[in-house]
Order: sequence, then C-alpha cells, then structure tokens
Amino acid sequence: MPKKVVSGNYAAAYAAKHARVEVVAAYPITPQTSIIEKIAEFIANGEAEIQYVPVESEHSAMAACIGASAAGARAFTATSAQGLALMHEMLHWASGARLPIVMVDVNRAMAPPWSVWDDQTDSLAQRDTGWMQFYAENNQEVYDGVLMAFKVAEHRKVNLPVMVIESAFILSHTYDIVDMPPQEEIDGFLPPREPLYTLTDFDNPTAVGALATPADYYEFRYKIAMAMEEAKKVIREVGKEFGERFGRDYSQMIELYKADDADFIFMGMGSLMGTVKEAVDVLRKEGYKVGAAKVRWFRPFPREELYELAKNVEGIAVLDRNFSFGQEGILFNEAKGVLYNTDAKPIMKNYIVGLGGRDLTVSDIRAIARNMKEIIERGRLDREVEWYHLKR
Amino acid sequence: MNALNTLFGEKKVKAKKLVFNSVDEYPEVPLTLGTTLINFTGDWRTFIPVVDEAKCVKCYICWKFCPEPSIYIKGDGYVAIDYDYCKGCGICANECPTKAITMVREEK
Repeated sequence: MPKKVVSGNYAAAYAAKHARVEVVAAYPITPQTSIIEKIAEFIANGEAEIQYVPVESEHSAMAACIGASAAGARAFTATSAQGLALMHEMLHWASGARLPIVMVDVNRAMAPPWSVWDDQTDSLAQRDTGWMQFYAENNQEVYDGVLMAFKVAEHRKVNLPVMVIESAFILSHTYDIVDMPPQEEIDGFLPPREPLYTLTDFDNPTAVGALATPADYYEFRYKIAMAMEEAKKVIREVGKEFGERFGRDYSQMIELYKADDADFIFMGMGSLMGTVKEAVDVLRKEGYKVGAAKVRWFRPFPREELYELAKNVEGIAVLDRNFSFGQEGILFNEAKGVLYNTDAKPIMKNYIVGLGGRDLTVSDIRAIARNMKEIIERGRLDREVEWYHLKR
Repeated sequence: MNALNTLFGEKKVKAKKLVFNSVDEYPEVPLTLGTTLINFTGDWRTFIPVVDEAKCVKCYICWKFCPEPSIYIKGDGYVAIDYDYCKGCGICANECPTKAITMVREEK
C-alpha cells in the first residue's frame, strides 16, 4: 500500500481528493488553512477536478456546500473554532435538508482569550446541529475518517452530514506515516454519490427548505432522529467493510484498548487517547488493571457499546478536553446520561484536561490512575469534576 | 374559467392538497410540500379590495402595482382580485386613479 508522510491536514486534503469531491468551498483559519491550501494546490497542478469556491466567510462556505450538495455534488469543506461557530446557522440547514456534506473541523479553543491550540469545545458546541461527529486519534484516522464519512453520510438510509474532527497542531501540523490505498481501491469502496434528490432535476422542479407549519415540522425532525439511529448500523457496517478492504477495522464506534479485564478505564476522544494508550501500557507494567475506551463517534452516540463496556468495569475516568460552563465535561455528561436508566453503575469521575492545548502527558494519566484507584478502593468519589491541571 | 391573466388559472383548481396521515407517508426530505397552488396565503388580511367596474377605466395600474400579484384581468378586460392570495395591503386602492377600488373590512 502506498504510504506518505503527511500532516493531519494533508491527510484530510488527500482524503478529500481520493474521495473525488466535486466542490470545495472554504475560508482559511488557523490551524485548518493547510487543508484547503493543499486542495487548491491539487487543483492548480491539475491533479484533481474540483470546483473550488473561494468565499468571504465560513457561513458562506457552508452555504455554498449546501447549494452544491443540493445540486447533487459531493461537497467538502474544513474549518476550525471561530469559523465553525460562524457556520452554526448553516449547519442546521445542511442536516435539515439531509445533505451528506463532509467537513473537517480542526479542534481549536474558542476565544477569548485568543488561542489557536487544541480544545474540543468548538465541535462539541455543535452537538445538536444534526451532524455526525467522528473524532480522529491520529493522521491515519483523519484520512480514513474522511473516506468513511462520505460513505456513511451518503448512505441511502442516512443522508446526514459528517464532521471529521482532528486536534489543532497535535495532528493538524504534525507529520506521520499515513497509508493511502490506490485510487481504484478507494473508488471501489466509495462509488459516486447517488443523491436522494437534486435541485438540478429540471423536469421535476422542487424546492427545499420551504415553510413547514406545526402540522408537518415535527415529523421531519423525527425522520432525522431515526436516520441518526440508522447511522449507527451503517457506521458499523462501513467500518467493517473498510477493515476488510484496507486492513484497518472501524466497526466499533468505541475503540477498546486493553479493556477486557480492566478494573477501570479511561474514556475520551481524539488525539489525547494516543497518550492514554501509551500510559495504559506503562500502568499495566506497574500492576494497574486499566484500559482505554476511545469514543470515535460522538454523534450518533454509541449508547449500546458504552453500556456493554460500563457493566464490566468498576470505574470510568472520563477525560474531557472541553467544558460546558455551568455543568461539566461534555463527554462525561453524555456518558452518565446514557447509563442512568441501566443497571451499569460504575464510579465515574470527570477530569478536565488539556483545555486550550495544555499538554496532557503519560505522567498526568498515571496521576489520574492513582486517584481513580483510591476512589474505587474507597468506594466513593472525592469530587465529581476535577480540573486536573489547575495551578493551586 | 374566463380568467385571462391569473397566474394559476386551472392549475390551481386541479392542485391537490397534500395530507400526510402518518410519519411513513412523509417524504424523507422537506422538499416542496406543495406550492402556493395549494397553500393559500390570503387568509391573513383584515381588509379586502372591492372593485367597482362602473368606475374602472381598465388602466391596469392596480395590476402593475399589486405585490403578490393577485390582481388578474378578466376576459372582458376588467380587473378582478384573486382572494386566495390577496393580503389586503391596499396598494391597489391607493394607486387607483378613479377610486374604483375600495378597501372593505372582511367579515368571516
């Protein structure tokens, strides 16, 4: 298999090219810029036939993608933090119109204070927009994630947009080996899009986004809710097929690492889980029976897999590189909610880590492990939410 | 139909109202849930224009000014109002040079 040493951003750009996207509309923002620069380079070099629409803002970028997708094209964009926030309104239009747009969001902290470093709050703040969310741990997963995202999004039972999410700098600007299958094999995995509808069918003119009165709106929301449920099956099927074709299996929406016999596990999303896996290896040598659970898909949320996992462990340390002010870490909040009506009741503690790019190291994870062990032995929490790095 | 210049004519008469009785009957995507052929927009008004043909000089200024447009020209050349769409804004009455159109409070 051809391998390239690329940054996370270049991995995203190559994936978009290999997915044969037809329209890209984007606006540059650090640390996303090199994704769309690379795509522009592909076009300039004649390596890809993509209609590139330079726009004046992220709001317009998403609007242009919506138009392209509604016309039947495979559309792609990328953004980060403030840019994603500016897109917010259009994100609802994309999902409501059931358009399988794929976007890479480079997780970056929201300002103020101004920051360009890794933080998941930007993407998690878009939780309720009807977009699926895939969190990549490494550059390979950025690449694979984009390819799978199109296949899941365009599935006839889904038709919803996907956000593929990577960490600022930790992935976006860090070079790593990425395995890229030959184009014909990718074409076999990802055939051309078959749109559910197209606004360029001039024999059957139609409009999307027109008024629905209280008599009809409700049913369309239900349709989206059901499509999201259906998407879980599709994600597992597509992840399995990806594994069979390319050797990397993504059939699990939560990837488990040494979790089978673990007393407690670390749960989190994105690049920080790479550090966690390394820490698990170290902790195992030190006699800790620990494992890791990496939540790949945050939307749709893998409720069933979380339950299966939670009923077999005594504790879950949820590592949130994000925070919902007035509440707690967002993954922690979701995970607790899933388990409330079940018989799985592990001790759960929330560690707020890495906000605004604060480094999370193996020794940090070891300290968290010591704390979790104490809590489990004592049988009760010291506190529910811990601002782990806080200078005291 | 002796309507000469109504935008919809027979199309409107033939158009069927879409009624979805269960969630399964709905389309997957909120595409055109019926156009204004079935969704009448004239029931929001308080006043309606009434044309006095004795005063009308067929100048069609009202027809030009109607923003909907819900004024059409009949076969005999006089104007008439399509009340399915007229929102009762009163522009026609205001513009009419012979005061052939008066706004009347609609009784329902």
